[in-house]
Amino acid sequence: MAKTRKPTLAVWKFASCDGCQLSLLDCEDELLEVAAAVDIVNFVEASRAVAKGPYDISLVEGSITTPHDAERIHRVRRSSKLLVTIGACATAGGIQALRNFGNVKEYTSIVYASPQYIETLSKSTPISDHVFVDFELRGCPINKYQLLEVLGALVHGRRPVTPSYGVCVECKRRGHVCVAVAGGTPCLGPVTNAGCGALCPGFTRGCYGCFGPKPMPNTSALANYWSAGGMKRLDVVRAFRGFNASAEAFRRESELHDT
Amino acid sequence: MTRKDITVAYLARVEGEGGLSIKIRDGAVAEVKLRIFEPPRFFEAFLRGRTFAEAPDITARICGICPVAYQTSAVNAMEHALSVQVPPEITALRRLLFCGEWIESHALHVFFLHAPDFLGYEDAIRMAADHGEVVQRALRMKKLGNEIMRIIGGREVHPVNFRVGGFYKAPARRDLAALAPELEWAYGCAVDAIPWAAGLTFPDFEQPYEFVALRNPDRYAIENGRLVSSRGIDAAVNDYLQWFNEEHVEHSNALHSVVSGRGPYHVGPLARFNLSFDQLPSPLQDAARAAGLVPPCLNPFKSLVVRVVELAYACGEALRLIRDYCPPDPPAVDCRPRGSTGHGWSEAPRGVLYHRYRLDDTGHIQDAKIVPPTAQNLRMMEADLRAFVAPRVDMPVDRLTWECEQAVRNYDPCISCATHFLKLDIQREG
Ligand code: SF4
Ligand code: SF4
Repeated sequence: MAKTRKPTLAVWKFASCDGCQLSLLDCEDELLEVAAAVDIVNFVEASRAVAKGPYDISLVEGSITTPHDAERIHRVRRSSKLLVTIGACATAGGIQALRNFGNVKEYTSIVYASPQYIETLSKSTPISDHVFVDFELRGCPINKYQLLEVLGALVHGRRPVTPSYGVCVECKRRGHVCVAVAGGTPCLGPVTNAGCGALCPGFTRGCYGCFGPKPMPNTSALANYWSAGGMKRLDVVRAFRGFNASAEAFRRESELHDT
Repeated sequence: MTRKDITVAYLARVEGEGGLSIKIRDGAVAEVKLRIFEPPRFFEAFLRGRTFAEAPDITARICGICPVAYQTSAVNAMEHALSVQVPPEITALRRLLFCGEWIESHALHVFFLHAPDFLGYEDAIRMAADHGEVVQRALRMKKLGNEIMRIIGGREVHPVNFRVGGFYKAPARRDLAALAPELEWAYGCAVDAIPWAAGLTFPDFEQPYEFVALRNPDRYAIENGRLVSSRGIDAAVNDYLQWFNEEHVEHSNALHSVVSGRGPYHVGPLARFNLSFDQLPSPLQDAARAAGLVPPCLNPFKSLVVRVVELAYACGEALRLIRDYCPPDPPAVDCRPRGSTGHGWSEAPRGVLYHRYRLDDTGHIQDAKIVPPTAQNLRMMEADLRAFVAPRVDMPVDRLTWECEQAVRNYDPCISCATHFLKLDIQREG
């Protein structure tokens, strides 16, 4: 039997904390297996060897925040057969998208002594605002088992399976006591996409939405419920303005209360 | 004129995006530039207006490699601002979680990011073909560090259980106790790796460093301490900004931390080892000595061996903390907002990480300042490169380039962290 060529994998970084790509190295039990199934040809965080494209699969971490990166992502897209975005930065603009609600000039001068050196865009935007994305993996950070599922599926030519329901479903499945109803703790679980295994409620804390909005989330019902319970307007704004502040549903809801 | 340029467009095996360029003219080093093109993310700016309770989770996102250090420095600063004292059980649990991060980060850096340089491989996966057992053992240790973080914090990157005042929920004693056998194995494995690491070939290179690290009266400093240096600094946390300055350096396009009126300094494992060697347990002191590692060690390449010593220390310390573990009850101390300023720091795997916050009466952040270890080391890295290249200008460019990259990796630089106060040079090759 003819030996088939292993698919090639490249990892790219834009504005991010490196946490999502680190998840690949955090697959300690599977890392050498992954390396046997795909050819990791471009992963600068782990290797000084870099091969030219085209690549079969590109994992993209981070958001677009500079004019240079807005061009670079097109080069990455052109050299990739499949492009998968990993994490809240890449899929929603990340925590750095909080700048989208402020004045970026002012931000630059708060952080940097000579702001004229800083070349930056006024918004932090997800990769899908710039190029076509084949698959998105959510979370801040992503769940490494979901990453393995995506890689496994793509190598075998099938569509990856990831949940499209809310954190509440996972929470019930795990038998956690509801922190919102029983504990009166504000929790974004009802509107947040599953994938983490309902981590926060498992630690008796409310979900802070790091996996971003689930499909068709009823954010206004949740916000009204909070407001009726006495939550201050600005606290409602802040709750939706976290690691996925610029994801459409969360952005809209936060803006409704930011008056 | 003879010219030779060393350009590394993308530094590999570092956390974040950076490049390196060195110009050699007529046999002398004309210019050394560590270029940082990691885009800015403006953390200090958007922290304004957030509540004190949000700081640990938000600042964790500065760096996915050392989130526990960010969370610890943030809670230390907030508890300082709010005059909150946490009981020793909470401090011990934080230290244990931190040991998990040290184990994970050091195992990753030593065996995956740094050792391949010394053994002549592009990366650990290629190294695994010839040194399979070393890589397997390293993966197992790294996994154990992650396991500690998962049990206490819920996940390895950006744990969710950390809060100002303590924890949301204390882990069960039996869950932690289950880690003891694996920690015993890892401790032995790391101790055995000390002579292995010391047996690598190190370039002949020493620098007259000023070492700066936290020091704790009764144990090797990790989660807190006083700041000391090999040239007489001895500072409490609120005095940090009096001792250090950020200077703008024309050629480098970056702000660099220096000791006021003195110059660059060195933070990280080598600094900790040299300043707190006496606090390592005696079997580890003996193992280090037997491998020829005695303070003061001035060769930055040997930071690899020091990381192995600290890896062993963190495994042993985690074992002790698990044996003595007493779940904090309640898991957190009540924190009431008040208007004040708080300072906090901790020893991230890469060195001291300092935070300062000014809060208003309702506990909202008015102003934030964060000084990560890599930013403090940048000036030193450039000084190292100058001194390192000078007697080696005649080396073949390929070889010299690789060794320069290696000299940068001595610091395990985390460029994602360093960028929130660096100025950027966006030009890049390729
Ligand atoms: S999504 Fe979160 S964990 Fe992933 S790179 Fe961005 S900040 Fe880091
Ligand atoms: S419960 Fe919510 S905030 Fe917590 S890890 Fe899961 S998605 Fe993220």
